[in-house]
Amino acid sequence: MRIFRIIGRSINSSFKSIFRNFSLSMASITCTIITLLLVSIGILLSYNINNITKDIENELTIVILMDKKITSEELDVAKTTLKSVDNVENVKFNSKEAIKKDLASQNDTYAKIVETWGEDENPLQDSFVITVVNVKDINETATTIKNIDKVDRVKYGESMVNELINIFDVVKNATIVLVVALVLVTTFLIGNTIKITIFSRRSEIDIMRLVGTSNTVIKLPFIIEGFLLGTIGSIIPILITIIGYTYAFNSLSSAEMTNILNVIKLTEPSSIVYLTSLILLIIGSVVGMLGSLRAVRRYLTI
Amino acid sequence: MEFIEFKNCSKVYKNGVTALTNANLSIKKGDFVFIIGHTASGKSTLIKLLYREEKPTSGIVSVGGVDVSKLRNSKIYKLRRKIGIVFQDFKLLPKLTVYENVAYPLASYGMKGSEIRPLVLSALEKVSLKDRTRSFPDQLSGGEQQRVCIARAIVNNPKLLICDEPTGNLDPDTSKEIMDLINKINKKFGTTVVTATHDKDIVNCLKKRVIVMKDGLIEGDYLKGGYKNNENI
Ligand SMILES: Nc1ncnc2c1ncn2[C@@H]1O[C@H](COP(=O)(O)OP(=O)(O)OP(=O)(O)O)[C@@H](O)[C@H]1O
Ligand SMILES: [Mg+2]
Repeated sequence: MRIFRIIGRSINSSFKSIFRNFSLSMASITCTIITLLLVSIGILLSYNINNITKDIENELTIVILMDKKITSEELDVAKTTLKSVDNVENVKFNSKEAIKKDLASQNDTYAKIVETWGEDENPLQDSFVITVVNVKDINETATTIKNIDKVDRVKYGESMVNELINIFDVVKNATIVLVVALVLVTTFLIGNTIKITIFSRRSEIDIMRLVGTSNTVIKLPFIIEGFLLGTIGSIIPILITIIGYTYAFNSLSSAEMTNILNVIKLTEPSSIVYLTSLILLIIGSVVGMLGSLRAVRRYLTI
Repeated sequence: MEFIEFKNCSKVYKNGVTALTNANLSIKKGDFVFIIGHTASGKSTLIKLLYREEKPTSGIVSVGGVDVSKLRNSKIYKLRRKIGIVFQDFKLLPKLTVYENVAYPLASYGMKGSEIRPLVLSALEKVSLKDRTRSFPDQLSGGEQQRVCIARAIVNNPKLLICDEPTGNLDPDTSKEIMDLINKINKKFGTTVVTATHDKDIVNCLKKRVIVMKDGLIEGDYLKGGYKNNENI
């Protein structure tokens, strides 16, 4: 009971001082908003890029074009060898006849071209399509395969994947640096607001000390004020996150967009949005409290 | 052991000023003691050691059997709840009413409003300000403000009342009135009173125990003293 009265009175006095130092409080809150918006964008972007690259990675295969003059015995040997290569998950054989038939059935133009080929002159190559266990090692696997007897060429989408992963890494690192910098600035700004509050309430603090108010009770309103600044600052980013992401998801998954941007499919909102909101709330309040704790430790002499 | 004891107490401030040298002093429960002396003689320093505003550089200060110099910082508030302090500059909060100012300590202890009310009214009654509860400090005279400060100091029924120049900002008549009030509190409720002052008239008039300080030394201790006994200071 006593503890609730003390906390209640502290919250009351924290709100009063937020309004008393309105412009400073606003600066702290704005800085918190900007920081948390960036955190939110960072989390949602990396989460989605992560999913998209995973999708692409899952579909990533190595196509092995075999020597044109390969015999069927040699093909069998090659298949066994391929299966024994490290990191190879699955080997599928596409004979040149099958590819020819497939081509012919695709459209009239292809069919006509294929017809011009004689019985024994198929310019296509027998090929294997393999999937790998670990996409990260796909380069080495491809090199090993290149050296297998009768292998002509090896094709896979290494450049695209690498580029995507690289871009993702750059974006991620830049975001982390920016967020860390902004968190520091926010902590500093909130600390500064609390410092001003402490100075403006010097005489009150002095009286509290002299009449026997416990140190915790003296410090509490200032820590709560920082906590409130951070928490208030997280409300707008949370709303923007929930509304904005749902909007982006809906417009990207509407009928026309799905066809064009097959790859850029956002993960469904709900869980990720609420998780992000929770993270924003926690970062906001913790940063606020850290800022005020720092100010209290430095400037509140009891 | 007496209620208040200073044993070989010295205080050297961080800037090197020696404010108190080897003070030995004991004060009985229920006593009324004046501390007098020139400016910078160490009166405030002696008093600040009592409520642990300052720590002695060496020696022991004990209040009610507790060595306050050994008190941990986080426990000082417990000592101060048993001590009422009255200041020259009143230290009232201008935005709070008389009632709220007197209730302020108790509210900060987390007491219930219904527990606070009778204590505040009783304290205001003792200083004859029961009809001014809704006034703000700037609507009161200096003497009335000091009475509010006294009410706040005694609201928790402390065993010890410490006053540092309580009449320093008041005219002679009002000073007399305030000292009579403090004297009444001492007599009626048995509160031990320690008062540092420059005010010759009130010291001479009240005829209480007087401790004379000079350059950080306790130079004299007179049971029924006054400036008359030591015209030289
Ligand atoms: N916080 C402090 N830091 C450094 N020196 C101090 C401090 N407080 C007091 N002093 C010095 O200690 C000495 C004694 O000061 P003190 O305040 O005890 O005197 P006083 O007798 O109360 O004087 P006054 O009658 O003017 O109030 C003075 O020289 C003063 O400058
Ligand atoms: Mg003094």
